[in-house]
Amino acid sequence: MHEVKDKERGLVNRGLARMLKGGVIMDVTTPEQARIAEESGAVAVMALERIPADIRQLGGVARMSDPGVIRAIQQAVSIPVMAKVRIGHFVEARVLEALHVDYIDESEVLTPADEEHHIDKRQFRVPFVCGCRDLGEAARRIAEGASMIRTKGEAGTGNVVEAVRHMRVLMRQIRELCSLRADEAAAFARQIGAPLDVLLEIRELGALPVVNFAAGGIATPADAALMMQLGADGVFVGSGIFKSADPARRARAVVEAVAHCDDPAWVARVSEDLGEAMPGLEVRTLQEAQRLAGRGW
Amino acid sequence: MVGILALQGDVAEHAACMSRLGGAVREVRTPRDCDGIDGLILPGGESTAMRRLIASAGLREPVRGLLAQGMPVWGTCAGVVLLAEDGVWPCPGLKVERNAYGPQPFSSVVRAETGLHEVETELVFIRAPRILEAPAGARVLCRAGGDITALRWEAVLLTTFHPELVEQSPFPGHFLDMVRSRAGIRSSSCRGPSAACRPGS
Repeated sequence: MHEVKDKERGLVNRGLARMLKGGVIMDVTTPEQARIAEESGAVAVMALERIPADIRQLGGVARMSDPGVIRAIQQAVSIPVMAKVRIGHFVEARVLEALHVDYIDESEVLTPADEEHHIDKRQFRVPFVCGCRDLGEAARRIAEGASMIRTKGEAGTGNVVEAVRHMRVLMRQIRELCSLRADEAAAFARQIGAPLDVLLEIRELGALPVVNFAAGGIATPADAALMMQLGADGVFVGSGIFKSADPARRARAVVEAVAHCDDPAWVARVSEDLGEAMPGLEVRTLQEAQRLAGRGW
Repeated sequence: MVGILALQGDVAEHAACMSRLGGAVREVRTPRDCDGIDGLILPGGESTAMRRLIASAGLREPVRGLLAQGMPVWGTCAGVVLLAEDGVWPCPGLKVERNAYGPQPFSSVVRAETGLHEVETELVFIRAPRILEAPAGARVLCRAGGDITALRWEAVLLTTFHPELVEQSPFPGHFLDMVRSRAGIRSSSCRGPSAACRPGS
């Protein structure tokens, strides 16, 4: 018996995302919230100092969370713990790796540290998930070493419209790619700014080579089921749980709705008497600088 | 017909694996889906989430009934946890420690020999559980780093790693053989076209 090196890291790291499929990953800011998430059936938690709705309200520069907060949450639960770093901030990523988090989210929800370069994720042992709005962005992140993708949506709004837009664009472009002749892929790659080798792999598979979750604005069980039916492998719920009237109940309902996303009667039953959802924001009223999805390229 | 518990986890990977071997599969989400299955795969995923969803879907009792009749079951990773002594469908004497090797940076791929095949197989461990004690009379099929990583006990197959993620592993074929021999016994015990012999088919 001997350990297989680097080459298989991708298998293990992409593999962990496969184990999260059909599940809900919840933003939490305290050990108590993390325990509620775990007991409600979350497959992982995202450890944060502030959830996106509060980041949005507070303004200023949003950074990686205090390692103390992350450690406390790691100690509170047995499910995987993820944490966010600023786009391009490879030292924050090294810090999280040293903390032994299970997944790093290189996230547009935090203020970018680099407006040109994302982290070279291939240099890390810990896996990364990255946001995208379309196939080009997804393929660029995969080429940089992301082991998992999520569509960005518009975090902290409680409004699913951008999540839907990004998922539809991504899925449509994958279908378009698969309909092309092999000798037409290069022009398509140039058009969407994607590395050709990644696109050829996607064309061969008929799907992304990594798991893709939906994120950004999911607030209700029906929102979650909608994203699943549009092709998501699972969902991230950020502010939607702990900004609602009854977080534990809503968390359980979203978990049920994802597992039984094709059964409307099931979704109806779990959606009963959940109390107020988080207050939503109309995305069109946001100014360009308040839109998080435009961060990264 | 191989059922795959499809509430959460790497269901599609197991389904693809069985299909490649020529096995018919059905995703199991409700008690009704259990009718007529000859075996059940408990996929990789998060056992805490699956436990919750199994309870709310009302799957605990119907599956327990099928297992009591000797239906083959294969637990991979989280599936092993569900079959532990303190799990949803307990195997007597099976003690398991969840996520025993630490967080994701400690997940790894190793090669080891198995009791099923002469060639070494890739074992993919992802936040894997550890089998602390095996049921009495279990046949150990694989060890890695001193730990039991695969075993067979009666109609139960356990792998703490993920054979469904690699191209060449003897375990899916072994399980399909278990299911087929069980299905054979079931159909040969039918006398004439009795509907009672094949519930739900």
